[in-house]
Amino acid sequence: MAAGNFEKYKSDGSPAGNALEWLDARFPATSMWKGHLSEYYAPKNFNFWYFFGSLALLVLVIQIVTGIFLVMHYKPDAALNASGVPIAFASVEYIMRDVPGGWLIRYMHSTGASAFFIVVYLHMFRGLIYGSYRKPRELTWLFGVGIFLVLMGEAFFGYLLPWGQMSYWGAQVIVNLFGAIPVIGNDLSIIIRGDFVVGDATLNRFFSFHVIAFPLVLIGLVAAHVLALHETGSNNPDGVEIKANKDENGIPRDGIPFHPYYTVKDIVGVVVFLMVFSAVMFWAPEGGGYFLETPNFYPADPLKTPPHIAPVWYFTPYYSILRAMVWNFFGLDAKFWGVVAMGASVVIFAALPWLDRSPVKSIRYRGPITKAMITIFVICFFILGYLGTLSPSPMGELVSQICTVFYFGFFLGMPWWSRMDKFKPVPDRVTMK
Amino acid sequence: MKKFLIALLFAPIMALASSANVHLDKWPGSVGDKAALQNGAKLFVNYCLNCHGASYMRYKNLMELGLTEQQVKDNLMFTADKIGGLMAVAARSDEQKQWFGATPPDLTILARARGEAGNAGAGADWLYTYLRSFYRDENRPTGWNNVIFENVGMPHVLYGLQGQQVMNHETHKLELAVPGTMPAAEFDKSVSDLVGFMVWMAEPQQEFRRTLGFIVLAFLAVLFVVAYALKKEYWKDIH
Repeated sequence: MAAGNFEKYKSDGSPAGNALEWLDARFPATSMWKGHLSEYYAPKNFNFWYFFGSLALLVLVIQIVTGIFLVMHYKPDAALNASGVPIAFASVEYIMRDVPGGWLIRYMHSTGASAFFIVVYLHMFRGLIYGSYRKPRELTWLFGVGIFLVLMGEAFFGYLLPWGQMSYWGAQVIVNLFGAIPVIGNDLSIIIRGDFVVGDATLNRFFSFHVIAFPLVLIGLVAAHVLALHETGSNNPDGVEIKANKDENGIPRDGIPFHPYYTVKDIVGVVVFLMVFSAVMFWAPEGGGYFLETPNFYPADPLKTPPHIAPVWYFTPYYSILRAMVWNFFGLDAKFWGVVAMGASVVIFAALPWLDRSPVKSIRYRGPITKAMITIFVICFFILGYLGTLSPSPMGELVSQICTVFYFGFFLGMPWWSRMDKFKPVPDRVTMK
Repeated sequence: MKKFLIALLFAPIMALASSANVHLDKWPGSVGDKAALQNGAKLFVNYCLNCHGASYMRYKNLMELGLTEQQVKDNLMFTADKIGGLMAVAARSDEQKQWFGATPPDLTILARARGEAGNAGAGADWLYTYLRSFYRDENRPTGWNNVIFENVGMPHVLYGLQGQQVMNHETHKLELAVPGTMPAAEFDKSVSDLVGFMVWMAEPQQEFRRTLGFIVLAFLAVLFVVAYALKKEYWKDIH
């Protein structure tokens, strides 16, 4: 080891100082602490929208910790027990009733799933309105889109595990979608299920994906997302690059150390979030029948299709887009185009950094066209989401088709409408509002 | 502009809001009423548990209704001998399927399963209406039909209490043809108690859950004051 490595941190002679000197010579403890927290300079003008990144991290931790405890009691087994109930379903009720505190852990996990999507959607919306995906943060955005995709997979696999009616039939519907792919479709859906119908093999592999494979990838992507962000530095509500204006020590004039300033600020956000989270978890854990769908209190029955199969609320916008495609093109089934449209509606977020051609980043200095487009996009997203919870209807089909056109129009038209807008001059320094 | 956009958001939703399919009577009870829950438990084990199971529920949990172990053993345990045992059903499901055309569902969490999107508590209303809506129908194998669950396999197990209703095909209303041992109001109260027990059984810790919610929120409110003061203190020099 180079002698110089012992110069990185000089102990003051105290036991703690000696320990840190020993550690620092072998591990970048102090430099990581400084680089990512105490000397990571974040713009001082973060507003409400900037809470959701750290909250997403909090929910990830909640999900992992509660998940660890749930796995101690949950049994991924589709066989029937002595009472004729699938063991997986019965084990969830066992957690709810017989495991001390099990109900709390389970509600934290089920509420956490919905909270994760709420927080991530708000986090993405922040990126959208302040142009956080623009150069030089494209890679941070791409890692984020990756996180979003993995999160959707994680949620989908996890939803099968309680082995209720909606778990079962929702998985059946979604896996069958792969059957719409020409030539390989049928074989592909059999490979995914591990059986000709959703069954014990499906439950076990989804369990494996949910507790091992996807969380592992998720944590890796989150690390990459944060590392990429800390390389470029954070954007802010003004879309001003704070690194363009540094003082004599090379510190951005509009930057403040993340720790302690944003750690103490994020604690306030965390407490407020936990208040909302707890209110749902303790007083309405079913989330009005949207967080825990009521048909999922019936055990999975492969012989009884529910009259109305609805995905959980966070998937419903994309599900509506899937259902909106009712035409056969090029000799291919409408179902196939539905799958293509649904996939495209999620993946298209990745193209945002290159679709947006506006000369300014933040919505604060963009004109009415941007504001109108984003408003219409959000309205369409909500309408699509609501329609996805309902049974199909002719009126719903028409409305979802119109909204699908607006949804894609927002992205595909962006290279033009983002340039056409009227822009206000961007200040040199950030503003405190 | 904003109002217009909000109207735009809600217009299609209003147009699509599904019309209510069946009218449900509101369940008048509450899970906080221990005496009602005890009465409901008695009705449940006497009238329901013979065909339906409550197979996620243990007898010992009935003690949470304010009963002693001996009281539960003497009054509520007919088919089991261990207080820690599950409230499972003795009848075999394949035989029951032959008798009724369908296996009677497990009732432990039926009150939750019968809820709706947008109204998770509707299960209680459904049960309260269902159990009071049986009528005589000679075309059914059991001789019974139900207004809100057409051609249900289940016969009217409470008819000794309620009496026998018939459908007046002119008014489409039910009329009591043969009275039972209970006057209508007393029967409604009994059904309400039974539904209350089923709502409680679907999540026995629900009252504790709500109470714990207040304690947690109170703690978080205090924590918020501290966290906010800390933030203010740190940020006072940032302009």
